[in-house]
Amino acid sequence: MSDASIASASAPQVKWGRVRQSRRVQDKILRIFATASTMLAVFVLFWILGMLLWKGGQGISLDLFTKITPGPGSQGGGLLNAIVGSIILTTLGIAIATPIGVMAGTYLAEYGRGSKLADLVRFINDILLSAPSILIGLFVYVVLVMPFQGYSGWAGSVALAIIALPVIVRTTEDMLRLVPNGLREAAAALGAPSSIVIRQVCWRAAKAGIVTGILLALARIAGETAPLLFTALNNSFWFNWNLTGGISNLPVTIYAFASAPYDNWQQLAWAGALLITAAILVLSVSARALINRK
Amino acid sequence: MSTMAVQAAPSAAVAHQNAQVRIGVKNLDFHYGDFHALKNINMNFGDREVTALIGPSGCGKSTLLRVFNRIYSLYPDQRATGEVMLDGRNVISNNVDINELRARIGMVFQKPTPFPMSIYDNCAFGMRLYEKLSKSELDDRVEQALRKAALWDEVKDKLKQSGMGLSGGQQQRMCIARTIAQQPDVILFDEPTSALDPISTGKIEELIEQLRADFTILIVTHNMQQAARISQYTAFMYLGELIEFGPTTKIFMDPEQKRTLDYVTGRFG
Repeated sequence: MSDASIASASAPQVKWGRVRQSRRVQDKILRIFATASTMLAVFVLFWILGMLLWKGGQGISLDLFTKITPGPGSQGGGLLNAIVGSIILTTLGIAIATPIGVMAGTYLAEYGRGSKLADLVRFINDILLSAPSILIGLFVYVVLVMPFQGYSGWAGSVALAIIALPVIVRTTEDMLRLVPNGLREAAAALGAPSSIVIRQVCWRAAKAGIVTGILLALARIAGETAPLLFTALNNSFWFNWNLTGGISNLPVTIYAFASAPYDNWQQLAWAGALLITAAILVLSVSARALINRK
Repeated sequence: MSTMAVQAAPSAAVAHQNAQVRIGVKNLDFHYGDFHALKNINMNFGDREVTALIGPSGCGKSTLLRVFNRIYSLYPDQRATGEVMLDGRNVISNNVDINELRARIGMVFQKPTPFPMSIYDNCAFGMRLYEKLSKSELDDRVEQALRKAALWDEVKDKLKQSGMGLSGGQQQRMCIARTIAQQPDVILFDEPTSALDPISTGKIEELIEQLRADFTILIVTHNMQQAARISQYTAFMYLGELIEFGPTTKIFMDPEQKRTLDYVTGRFG
């Protein structure tokens, strides 16, 4: 017993794993490039955020939330109409997209399993997911702005809804697919028809994930500018409550003010950008918190 | 020649303790797509008996169990042909309402399947589907079911809490409570204790023993001691065929078929 252990301990050390020098060099080079690229990406990101905080932070004041956008050449002013307009547009947009998106995602995950139609819908949805948003703006312009001869908040909300829709469809489907089949079988084994299995068991089990998807879609449309350019346009005044005519909103206001020659407009554009970024941050963090809470 | 006859129709040899036959299976075949998973199964299950289905993995015992409540029909490529008679009706024919059938034939799965809702709502889930019960009737039935499932004392103060928060053994007993609360005629157990520790397993075996008074029970198990402990009848299956079916003592002590003997003595499988 002891002989054997002594023998194995005193056995000549085998030389193993001798790595060629060229591989070590390759490893070093790759490591340097990967690290440098990461640093560059993070540096740019912090540069953007830093500039946003610096320039936008200076514009944060009570006026921002209490006064409407100033006319050309006038002093001061705020973003009240644009903030309220953006909240209305995104809320309406998400309110239109959520029921359709959740239902379509449910179809894909529950009813359309293995069907050709579902495969086609999923494919089109993935295309829509990456469609340029300006295209969607143009589409809504043709369908909802030209026939009514006027920009409207409704057209803007529909454009935003079309952007949010594929995000919600996709996350709803993915989250429902994570619900184990055993749960569906258990509910069906008690005699529950599939409508009850889906509503009372699958939706409940996937709820946190589905809500997260909706929040992420909300964050996505909060900053969209292109689809609003042709639809809700903008408005430098307080809007009428039936949402016809141009509706003031943050992204288009930023677009217009940032390129204008007036100092106070540029200041407001930065402040507005900071507001949107902060809102998206809050949405993303709450989505993350929701998905981690189990 | 005589052994051939026994092989061809094993159910013929079985005389049930209770004369009443609850489920009669005749010429049952089952396919997963192109795969022939059950081959011409013939057997009878007596009322208020525990029947164990044993056999190596892939022999078709779970498949057979999943025919009785037609849970297989959730999957479009699975199909059964033949006859499974329950109270004079062929349950695998299309003129039996599938949800009504499943309300009468309960099923407990291998892994506990708590629904994402409170313990109370879990237990009331089946009853709410087909019965119009008052709040107090519902409360009563939930309590009875939990008592029968030997879980009442552990959960009576937290009925409003999520069923997902219970331990594995408690979740499984909650699933049994959920099934018996619906007052089915037959309960199918698909390896109900294979994911549980010995103490929980013991509790569930005791429970099955007690449930026998009220229900016809079919249980799939990989654990042969368990089959010997809790069942009156045992069916041994192999490669989609019913090899031997008879009183549990006979299957384990003196089986007719060599393959059965080899399996129950641990020589293969």
